[in-house]
This record gives sequence, structure tokens and C-alpha cells, in this order.
Amino acid sequence: MSIEARHITKTFGRFLALRDVSLTVNDGELVALLGPSGSGKTTLLRIVAGLEAPDPGPDSALLFEGRDVTREGAGERRVGFVFQHYALFRNMTVFENIAFGLRVRPRKARPTASAIRERVRELLALIQLESLADRYPNQLSGGQRQRVALARALAIEPKVLLLDEPFGALDAKVRQGLRRWLRRLHDTMHVTSLLVTHDQEEALEVADRVVVMNQARIEQTGTPEQVFHHPSSEFVMDFMGSVNLFHGRIESGKAVFGPLVLEHAASGAVEGQTARLFVRPYDLDIRHTDGSSPSLRARVLRIQAAGPQVRVELQAETGEAVVVEMPHAQFREIGVRSGDDVFVGLRDARIFTEDYSI
Amino acid sequence: MSGLRSYRSGDPAPLRWGLTLLALGFLGLFVALPLAAVFGTALEKGWRAYWAAIREPDALSAVRLTLLASGIAVVSNLAFGVAAAWAIAKFQFRGKNVLITLIDLPFAVSPVIAGLIYVLVFGARGWFGDWLDAHDIRIVFAVPGIVLATIFVTFPFVARELIPLMQSQGTDEEEAGISLGAGGWQVLYRITLPNIKWSLLYGIVLCTARAMGEFGAVSVVSGHIRGQTNTMPLHVEVLYNEYKFAAAFAVASLLAILALATLAAKSLLEWKTRRVYAALREEAAPEA
Amino acid sequence: MRGLRFRRYSILPGFWGSLGLSMLYLSLIVLVPLCAIFLKSAAMTWPRFWDAVTSPPVLASYKLTFGASLGAALVNAVFGFLVAWVLARYSFPGKKLVDALVDLPFALPTAVAGIALTQLYSESGWVGRRLLPLGIRVAFTPLGVLVALVFIGLPFVVRSVQPVLESADREIEEAAASLGASRWQVFSRVVFPMVRPALLTGFAMAFARALGEYGSVIFISGNLPMRTQITPLLIVAKLEQYDYAGAAALAVVMLAASFVLLLAINLLGSYSRKYMEAQ
Repeated sequence: MSIEARHITKTFGRFLALRDVSLTVNDGELVALLGPSGSGKTTLLRIVAGLEAPDPGPDSALLFEGRDVTREGAGERRVGFVFQHYALFRNMTVFENIAFGLRVRPRKARPTASAIRERVRELLALIQLESLADRYPNQLSGGQRQRVALARALAIEPKVLLLDEPFGALDAKVRQGLRRWLRRLHDTMHVTSLLVTHDQEEALEVADRVVVMNQARIEQTGTPEQVFHHPSSEFVMDFMGSVNLFHGRIESGKAVFGPLVLEHAASGAVEGQTARLFVRPYDLDIRHTDGSSPSLRARVLRIQAAGPQVRVELQAETGEAVVVEMPHAQFREIGVRSGDDVFVGLRDARIFTEDYSI
Repeated sequence: MSGLRSYRSGDPAPLRWGLTLLALGFLGLFVALPLAAVFGTALEKGWRAYWAAIREPDALSAVRLTLLASGIAVVSNLAFGVAAAWAIAKFQFRGKNVLITLIDLPFAVSPVIAGLIYVLVFGARGWFGDWLDAHDIRIVFAVPGIVLATIFVTFPFVARELIPLMQSQGTDEEEAGISLGAGGWQVLYRITLPNIKWSLLYGIVLCTARAMGEFGAVSVVSGHIRGQTNTMPLHVEVLYNEYKFAAAFAVASLLAILALATLAAKSLLEWKTRRVYAALREEAAPEA
Repeated sequence: MRGLRFRRYSILPGFWGSLGLSMLYLSLIVLVPLCAIFLKSAAMTWPRFWDAVTSPPVLASYKLTFGASLGAALVNAVFGFLVAWVLARYSFPGKKLVDALVDLPFALPTAVAGIALTQLYSESGWVGRRLLPLGIRVAFTPLGVLVALVFIGLPFVVRSVQPVLESADREIEEAAASLGASRWQVFSRVVFPMVRPALLTGFAMAFARALGEYGSVIFISGNLPMRTQITPLLIVAKLEQYDYAGAAALAVVMLAASFVLLLAINLLGSYSRKYMEAQ
């Protein structure tokens, strides 16, 4: 079931949570809504679920497989919603929680008791919690509760699965395991899914497509590769991973950052405009001599060798702090020590100038 | 430091025992003695007289009236309490605080005034007095008036127990239920009520005890017609004013037994509701 | 304008139903009848109203009602604090039972309390006969009214103060002791200030309850005109004489007093909450 949101706006009192947001999710896709708190991602998810109503507007619409669902209540839309804090029914066992959606169906649409039992057992096997069917939520761990919440949502055979920061409240290790498990689940079930998260690692690992949101707007949508390697704005680049930032300006058609002079092919660059240079730590090299690629002089402040890569902190001649990451082998080859004066070379970078277009 | 050491070991024994005896003496004088007096005087003339007093027709009809009025009041206030708590705890709207303050109103009003207001509205010289007379309906000095006065005095109890609990529990579970396709009544019955059952029972116990024991308000609206509009507390008053002390205390002892049962139920339910609140706090800030 | 909306959107059903039912119930059972009091007394001319609320028996009743309620609340403040202290800090056999019994004045019907207290304190009663040789009469005197009001106000102070004492952080007291404070100083400078807001709240609640009390008092007071008549009794007397307007006038006075007291209680409540938060 495809989802199409058109021109959705939402205000809470004076606070603008969503500003004219439009999004399409294709059938069977797993899309991540990624952004910091307050970006509007959870609000958008709840509007799709029917837990909030969008502000009325002439163009605004929400369509499931082409059908307008803005009038339908949350119960009628056949969405499975997994709450951030699970919202399991505390007075019911795991079994009863999962069976709930089936048991409350109107008499005509309700499956028989044995059919319900069968389905719940299937789901318990799917989430690998068969032995805990008679436990109560307060007797389960966080990860177990999350799986029950998922099974409960899947029990009603939803056309769409909506997850609100499902792994936010869990330990790092549990989170990673559940992430992979969710992806595998999606690969078997192919339910259209929309996942809200503030963890970019999670979005990149799990999703088919990532939608980066910021301050009530969508900044960029694309595959994980697109969003990470070809960010369309500063915000996206900064949000998607650690980044080095340099300030400079456009002069004579080139971008000048202190001693660094770079070609800037973007159209609309105005003379004298301020510019910002974004470089990933692993797109920088450390050399003892000036080389072919543009480089800066810098002094090594600190070397952190404990970790999957070596992390070198330097201070550039322009005064900025710079972080370079490289594999251990490469580091050993170069042989730098704290206090050394070196050259930092650029392999790949993005330049952003003031953007006057909206 | 010797100061700390001696402080840590607690107050010195003589002080402890002195204060304890003083406190127990005060409680003994003001609580235990009156309780003893009720049962003592009730049995003054022996068990035979005790049973006779209780089985006397006017006493029995007083018991019946008490049960009837309390029953109606409790059921009615239960429906109101759940409705009010649902509106207040699960929704945000303007004027919520006004509603909460209004619910506390009977606690600020003297029971005599609680009875007075119904006399002013439904009494012979009241607003509807003539209309009621023309249709031969009696509210004041009849059972309906007693029921109304009882409802007034006891309606906050259930709501006051439910509101803080339901506010703490939030709306997540109910929203989850709706998103899974449940209807409104299903959500109330399957999700909300089981979550509040101990506080609900506690509120019902308090409401029932107060309803059965109410005196001032009911006295004003009742008209004191023997065998017809006397509840148990009023019957006690009637017997006492006729100097039939043993009989008065016999009926009073039934109410005292009810009070003791209420205290026992209260202790038990208080323990249960405390556990529910503790579990809620656990959830909000888990140890692990 | 968005900001002026009455309520936030919610998918939970039954808002208007539950709110409507609650408001209807409240209006029919509480608000409308209460209006009757004000309308009835508003119908009186001012001189008549003044007459009704300041005639000599009425003034005497104010003195008695107010004075006895205040006195009882004070007694309860002192002894209620003592009881709360003993329950919170000491242990003795049967403590759980005693703790439960503190609530008895809440649970016991007022008429039962009334006749029991009269029985005890009348001249032939278990306590009354022991006080008689000392020249102390309790039943049918203002002292009897005081005794009855002490009974019904007892739980308010205890239940206000007890939780505060129970949750008090003993480390603070131990810190004071380690700095050289004597036991009395620890109490007066550390413990008591912490408990004071709760004590004041309990006192105010006991006072408010005592002002309106009827059933426990009218038996032991004897209702002697100008001497032991409480204001609620005068309201009943006026009703029995069909002086509805007079009864309503007195009720207005009582409601005004209750309102002021309720305000004071709420203010005290928020003061004590702020105090606790600052800790």
C-alpha cells in the first residue's frame, strides 16, 4: 500500500510542527524519517496514523493507495502503530496483548477463538517469544516489550506499519540487534513501513530510503548512499555524520578559505558571498609535505589510537579545529606524533554558500 | 561526636515511652473510649434487648432506607466519577481546573446547608413547591430528597480517587487500543477500567461509608417520619431523643461495625493502590 | 484563531459525552441548588438580611461555632502532631491497629459519634462522672462542643503531618547533630520547620470541618439558647419555622466563611508544595 502525503501543515497552538510537507512512500518500502527533536518527524508519523489531524487546507491530503483517508479515524485506517514507549496493556498478558486487535473486531469480522490463537502463536514464533506468552509486560525486558508491541501491531495485518522511535529507550547492543531483526522482518513481510528515528546510523542501516527533516520541513529524501555522500544542504551533511567546517568567501569566482583556494562550480555564486567548506574526517590526509591536492598547514594536538580508526585532532593555521580519521595501517605509514607540524590535504569536500532560494 | 552517636540511636527511652503513652492516652480518650461506649451501652440491657432493638420494624425500615439511598447514591456517583475522571484525565481543555474545584465543593459546605439547598428548591415554599404539589410529587420529606442529599454529600469521593491515577497513567494505552481498531466502550471496559480497579474500589468504599452514615444533610430533608423517611442515623437520633438509650446504641452499633469494616477495607485497598502508584513511578524512571 | 481552540485534538472518544454528563450532573445537583441560597437571600432587603445574621442568638452562635472550632483545631494541632510523631518514628505493639484507628472519626457516622460522646461525658457517663467532683462539666456546655469537634478533626492533622515525617530525610537531622546541635535544637530548627506547612494545612482543614459540623455536636451541646447553640443548628431551627429566607441568610454567612478558609487552605497547600520543592 503506497502512502502519499500532500502539503501537510500542522500547528500546535503557536508552534509550527510541519510546514507544507509532501512525501510519497511506495508500496513495500521501508522509509526512515530522520531528524533532530522538534523537526516534525513524529508529528508527520502520527498524522499518517490518524492520531493527529493535519491543519485543514485546500491542497492538503493524505492518500493510501490513492484513497483519501483524512476522514478516517485511526482505527479504520488499518495501520499498525508501534509507540515509542510500547504502550503495552499492562493488565493483559503478552498473548492477550497480541490478540487484542483481533478480539475487538465487530462480531461479523471477528475470527474464531481458535483462529485467533493460531495467529497469535504464529506471531509469537516470529518474534521468538513463545515461552513468554503468559507473562505480563512488567515482567519483560525493554527489548522483549518492543517485540511484543511489534507483534501486536502486526496481528491486525496492517497495510502500513508505523514505528515511532522504536528502539530509542533501549541499550546500544539491544538496539543494534533489534535493528537487524527489523530489517530481516521487513524483507520477509514486505509491509510498507515508516520509521521515525533521530539516530542517523539506524536510518542508514535499516531503511530503503531516508527522509531528512529539520524544523518542520523535509531537507532531502534519497537512498542512504545519496543522503550520506551527496547531501543537498549543510544541515543534512552535518546531521549525517561528523564533519569539519571551514569559513571563507567567494573571490574572483573561486572559494577561498584562508590559504585554500578551491574551484566552486555552483551557479549563482556571488562575489564576496560567505561560503562554508564541509569535509568528512576520512576525506582528509595528513602529509609531511605539501602535495598535489589543496592543503592546509596544521599542528597535531592529540592522537587517539584506541578505536576502529585512528583519530587525529589538529589545529589549522587558520585557527580552526580539524579532525582527521584514518585506518591504523595508514597512520603507521605516515608516522606523526603529537606536536608535529604537518599538511592536511583535501580529497573530497562540499562547499555551501548562502542560499537565497527558498 | 557523641551528639551524633546519641542522635543516631534514637530518642532516649524515657522520652520515647513518655511521648508514646501520651499519644496513646489521647487516642484512647478520644477514639477508643467513644467506640467502647457504643458497644458497651448497646449491650447494657443484654443480648435479647439488643436483638429486639435491631429487629424492630422501624429499625428495619431505617436499615432498608439507608441501603436504598446509599445504593442509588453510590451507583450514581460512580457513573459521574468515571465520566468526570475520563474527561479530566484523558483530554486537555480550558477550564479544567474549574471543574476540579467544583468537584471538591461538598467538602467545603456544611451538611446542613447541603440539605437546605434542596428544601429551598423542592420544599413546599421552594421554587418548584407549587408545581410538585399540583402533581402530587414529594421530594423533600420523602425518599427522593434523601437520595439527592446523599448524592450531594458523597459525589466527590470516586472522582477524587480516579483523577490523579488516570492522569498519571496517561493516554498511551487507550490510543494504542484505538489504533488497533477498538471502539470507545471497548477501550473503557478492556483497557481503562482494569487499570484503575483498586482506586475505583477505594473510592466506592469511601463513598458507601459516607453515604450510609450521613446525618446532617439527610436530617434537614427527611421530615423524620418514622418508618418512612428515617435512615439509620436518623433513627438513632429518634430513639436517643426518646431516651431509649440501649436501643439507640444498638442501631448505632451496626453503624459502628460498618465503620470498622470500612477501616479494614480502606487499609487493604490503600496498600493495593500504593503498589499501583509505585509501579507507575518504576516505569517512568526504571532502575536498570 | 488556532490558539483560542477549546480543546486539543484527540482520537479518544467520549469527550463531549463525559464532559456533558459531568457538567449536567454538577449543575443539577450542586450549582443550581446552591444558587437557591443566594437568590433567596438576595430577595431579602438589606435590613432584613442584616437582622437575620446579627440577632443576639445568632451572634452567640457565631462566637461558639468559631471559638470552639478554633480551640478544637488548636488542640488537634498539638496532639495530632504528637500522634503523627509517635506513629512515624516509634514502634510499639499494635501500631498498625492504632494507625488504622486514627481514621475512625472519618469513618464513623456523626450521629453515632454524637451520642457516644454525650454518653461518655454526661454527668453519669464513664468520663463525666469522674470530672464532676473536679467541678468540670462537659456535656451541655461549650466544653462539650469543643470535645466533639476535637474528635472529628483528629485525623486531619495526623494524616497531614504523618507523610511528611515519614518521608523526612534523617540524614539532615544527623548532619545537624554531628555539628553539635542538641536534640531539642535539631527538632526546633530542622524538623519542625519542615513539618510546619503540613501542620498548618492540617490545622486549617480541621478548622474548616469543625465550622460546618452538625451531627456530632448537637447531642452533646444540649442546644441551650444563647449558650450552646451552633450556627448550623440555628439554620435547622429557622427551616423548621419555615423562615427559609433567614436560613438562607445564615447559610450565606457560613458559605462565605468556608470560602475564605478554602482559599487559605489552597494557598497554604501551594506554599507547602513550593517549600517541599525547594528542599
